[in-house]
Amino acid sequence: MSTSTTTTDLVETKKSGGLTAAASNYIDERTSISTAVKELGRKIFPDHWSFLLGEVALYSFVIILLSGSFLTFFFSAAMTPVEYDGSFVPLKGVEMSAAMSSSLDISFDIRGGLLMRQVHHWAALLFVAAIGLHMLRIYFTGAFRKPRELNWVIGFILFILAMAEGFTGYSLPDDLLSGNGLRIIDGMVKGIPLVGTWISYLLFGGEFPGEAIVGRLYSLHILLLPAIIVALIAMHLLFVVVHKHTQYPGAGRTNQNVVGYPVLPVYAAKAGGFFFIVFGVVMLMASLFTINPIWNYGPYDPSPVSAGTQPDWYIGFADGALRLIPPGLEFVWLDHTFSFNILIPLVALGLFILVVLIYPFIEAWVTGDKREHHILDRPRNAPTRTAIGAAGVTFYAALWATASSDIIATHFKVTMEGVIHTMQFLTLVGPFIAFFIAKRVCLALQKKDREIVLHGYESGRIVRLPGGEYIEVHQPIDEYERWKLVSYSDYKPLMLRPNAQGKITTGQKLRAGMSRWFFEDRIEPVGTTELERSHGDHH
Amino acid sequence: MAKDDNSGKDLAAADSSGVGQEGAPAGTVVVVRDAVANPGFPPHRPRVTDVQPSAERRAERTVYTLFYLSIVGSVFAIAAYMAFPIIPEDPGSVRTNNLFIGLGLSLALMAIGIGAVHWGKALMYDHEGIDERHPVRGSEDTRARAVEIFQEAGEESGIGRRTLIRNSLIGALIAFPLPAVVLFRGLGPQDDNPAALLSHTMWKKGTRLALDPTGTPIKASDITLGSAFHVIPEGLQDLEHGKLEEKAKAAVLLMRLKPEDLNELPERAGWSYDGIVAYSKICTHVGCPVALYEQQTHHLLCPCHQSQFDVSNHCEVIFGPAKRPLPQLPIAVDSEGYLIAQSDFTEPVGPSFWERN
Ligand code: HEM
Ligand code: FES
Repeated sequence: MSTSTTTTDLVETKKSGGLTAAASNYIDERTSISTAVKELGRKIFPDHWSFLLGEVALYSFVIILLSGSFLTFFFSAAMTPVEYDGSFVPLKGVEMSAAMSSSLDISFDIRGGLLMRQVHHWAALLFVAAIGLHMLRIYFTGAFRKPRELNWVIGFILFILAMAEGFTGYSLPDDLLSGNGLRIIDGMVKGIPLVGTWISYLLFGGEFPGEAIVGRLYSLHILLLPAIIVALIAMHLLFVVVHKHTQYPGAGRTNQNVVGYPVLPVYAAKAGGFFFIVFGVVMLMASLFTINPIWNYGPYDPSPVSAGTQPDWYIGFADGALRLIPPGLEFVWLDHTFSFNILIPLVALGLFILVVLIYPFIEAWVTGDKREHHILDRPRNAPTRTAIGAAGVTFYAALWATASSDIIATHFKVTMEGVIHTMQFLTLVGPFIAFFIAKRVCLALQKKDREIVLHGYESGRIVRLPGGEYIEVHQPIDEYERWKLVSYSDYKPLMLRPNAQGKITTGQKLRAGMSRWFFEDRIEPVGTTELERSHGDHH
Repeated sequence: MAKDDNSGKDLAAADSSGVGQEGAPAGTVVVVRDAVANPGFPPHRPRVTDVQPSAERRAERTVYTLFYLSIVGSVFAIAAYMAFPIIPEDPGSVRTNNLFIGLGLSLALMAIGIGAVHWGKALMYDHEGIDERHPVRGSEDTRARAVEIFQEAGEESGIGRRTLIRNSLIGALIAFPLPAVVLFRGLGPQDDNPAALLSHTMWKKGTRLALDPTGTPIKASDITLGSAFHVIPEGLQDLEHGKLEEKAKAAVLLMRLKPEDLNELPERAGWSYDGIVAYSKICTHVGCPVALYEQQTHHLLCPCHQSQFDVSNHCEVIFGPAKRPLPQLPIAVDSEGYLIAQSDFTEPVGPSFWERN
C-alpha cells in the first residue's frame, strides 16, 4: 500500500516541474520547509521609514561579522613585544606588541586590509548608533507596551553588548589610544570597594598593562560576545514574528490587523536591497574616510598622551560622567579608600540603565493597562512618556557632550572650569527643562490636532464676507486623515480607593501619584458629538 | 475622596481599537463613548508605472542597468586589487589601493541595493496585504494542556512529594559552578598580592633620573628654569620583562621653578633640588599620564578628565575629579651632578584602590 502511494507521488512530482521543483521536493521531504514558507512567505510587514532603523542595526552587524572574520585571519592577539618591521616607515624598528604590529600589517601590507579594518570600524559605529536610534523609535511610539516588554529588554541588552563589543574591539590593536582607554577602565575598576584591586589584577593578569589583556579581550570580542549577540538577535527577531510588527495609526488599520507588504516578494526586495545599500554606504565611508589611524598614535606606552583625543562616540557618556564629578570626593575611612569620584558615576549610570531597562514595566504598572497594543502612539499623544524620553535624551546628551569638554573649552576659548560647571548644570537641570518643554509641546500639538479635526486646515485663502468681515477659509480634512488624529488611547489619573480590607496601601498611593503625574494634563480625542456640533457651526 | 475611577461607569474593558483582548483589564484608559469610527481603507492609488507603459519600461530598464552596473563594480574592484598593489614603504599606494577597491565594491553593493529596492517599489505588485492578529497567549485549550503536562510531570517524577531529592538537587546545582569561579583565580599570578605590588615602583635610593624614552641620565644643570621633562628611572629601558608595567608606575615629570615659587611642605624639605621637583606622572584619578604643563601658572593638566594640579603647591588638586595630589619623588644630586632619587615614592602612585590608606 504505502509503497504504491510513494511511487505515485514521485511520478507526479517528476511530471509537475523541472529542476527547481525536484530540488524543492527533495529538501521539503527532508526538512518540511514548505511549512515555513507557508507561514512566513506571505507574512505582512508594515512600511515606515522609522522601521528601517532596526534593519540598519541588523545589517551593520552582518557587515561587522563579515569584515571581522576577515580581520581574524591576519590579526595576532598577543602582547609579546616585537620590533616592527613592516611597510610603514616612521614606525620601523619601534618596539610594540604583536597585536599592534599585526594591525599595522593589516593596514599597510595586505591589499584591502585597511579597507576591511575601516569597514569594520565604521560599521561598528553605525551599529551602535542604529541600535540607539531604533530604541528611541520604540520608546517614543510606545512600541514597548504589551506584548513587547520582554523584547524591549532584549533589545536594550543588545545595546549594552554592542558597546561592550565596541570597547573590546577598540582595545585590540594595542595602540596608544586603546591602551589609554584600558588604563581608564583599570583605574575605574580599582575604585570599586572591596574587590576592585583584585578584579583589576585578575583582569590584566597581574599589574597593568601586563601581557594578557588583549588576548582575553579577543576571546570576548570574537567569540563570547558575538555568540550572545547572535543568540539575542535571533530571539529578538523571533519575537517580532510572534508578535507581528506594530503599525502606525491609519485608516483601515486596527489593533487586530497588520497592513503592509508581504515578505515575498516586495518586502524581501526592499529589505534585501536595503542591506546592500547599507553595506554600500559603509563601504563608501571606508574607502573615503580614515578611521582610527593607529599608525599616527603609535604603540601603547603608559607615558605619552596627546590632548583632545576622543574615545569612540558611544563611550562618550561614561567618559563625560567621570569628568563631571566635582573635586574632593574621595575619602579614607577605616583604613580603606572610598572613591566616590568613581562610584558616583558608576552608580548613576547603573541606575540610569536600570530605569531604561524596566521602563515598560513601570508604565504598565502606572496605567494598569493589560491589553495588547499593536497600534503605535504618535509621540504627542503620550505627552508624559515623550517628556520623560526627552529628559532621558537630554541627560545622555549632556554626559556625552561633557566628554568633549576640553575641545569645547579650547574651541570656544572659554575656561575648562566654566565648561564643566555649565555641563554639571545641564546634566542635573537640563532634563527637567526638557521634560517641561517637551510636555508643553506635545499638549500644544494635540490641541492643534483637535483644531484641525474640528475646523480643518488653514488654507491660507482669505475671503471677504458680505458683511465686510474677512475670514480665512478652512479646508476640512478627509475622514482618512482625520482618523489618524482622533484614534488614540486617552488615560486618566487613577483615583485612590481602599482595597477589600478598607486600607489604602503605600503601593497604591505611589501608583496613584505616578498616575496623576502621567495623566493629569490630558487632551481628549475628538468624538462624534463634538465633530457634528462643529460641522453645525460651519453650515 | 477615596474612589477608584478605574471601575467607574465611563471606563470599559477595551477602547474602540482594543477589542479581542480576552477581557484584559484596560487600566485607567478612558473609553470614548462617541468615538469616531474607523473609516476603513482609503481607495488604492495606482503608480505611474501601473498606468503608463513607458514609465514601466523605463523602470525596468533602470533596474537591470543597475544590476549590470553592479557587475561592473565587482569587476572593477578585482581589477583595482591587481592594478593598484601596495608598494612597500609607499603610503600613497595604500591609499589608492584602499580607495579603488573600496569604490568598486561600493558600486557593486549599492547598485544591487538600489536596483532591488526600485524593483520592489516601482514594478512589483503594490497592493497592500492584511494579516489578522491573534492574541499572543496560547488558546485556552493549549494553556490548560500545558498546565496539565507540568502537573503530570510533577506527579510522575514526584518532585513535589520527594522534598529531600528536590532540595539536594537544588543544592548540588548551586554548588557545581563554584569550582569554575575558583578557577578564575588563575587569571592573575598565584603568589602576588596586588595591593603590595601597587605600593612599590622601580625607584630606589640612588636611581638616576633618565629621559623618556631614550634613557639618558639627566644632570641638574640641564634643567633650565620653566622647563618640564618626561622622566623614567635609569635602567628601565634595559629591563627584560615588565617594562611597561614598571613604566606605568614609575613615570615622572620633572620641572624647574624659581625656588621662591615653590611652596614646600615642611616634612618634605629637602625633596627638591634648587627649584627642581619630580612628581609622579600618573594621575591620581584613574591613571592617565598627566602630561600637560603650563609654565606660567605652574599647573599640570590631565588630558583625560581635566584634573589640574598645582606644582607650586605640592601638586595639590585645584580642579577636576581627582582628589589626591600627585605623589612627589624625593630627589637629590649625585657626585657627578646627575639627578637621583632619594628613595621610592613614599605612597602608592596612580589611581586609588580599596587597600590604600
Ligand atoms: C557588534 C559587534 C562588533 C563590534 C561593535 C566591533 C568593533 C570593533 C572595533 C571598534 C575594532 C577596532 C578596529 C580598528 O580600528 O582597528 C574591532 C577590531 C577587531 N574586530 Fe571587531 N567588532 C565586533 C564584532 C567582531 C566580530 C564578530 C569579529 C570576528 C569574527 C571581530 C573581529 C575583530 C578583529 C580581528 C579586530 C582587530 C583588528 C584590528 O585591530 O586591526 N569583531 N572591532
Ligand atoms: S585620569 Fe586624570 S583626570 Fe581622570
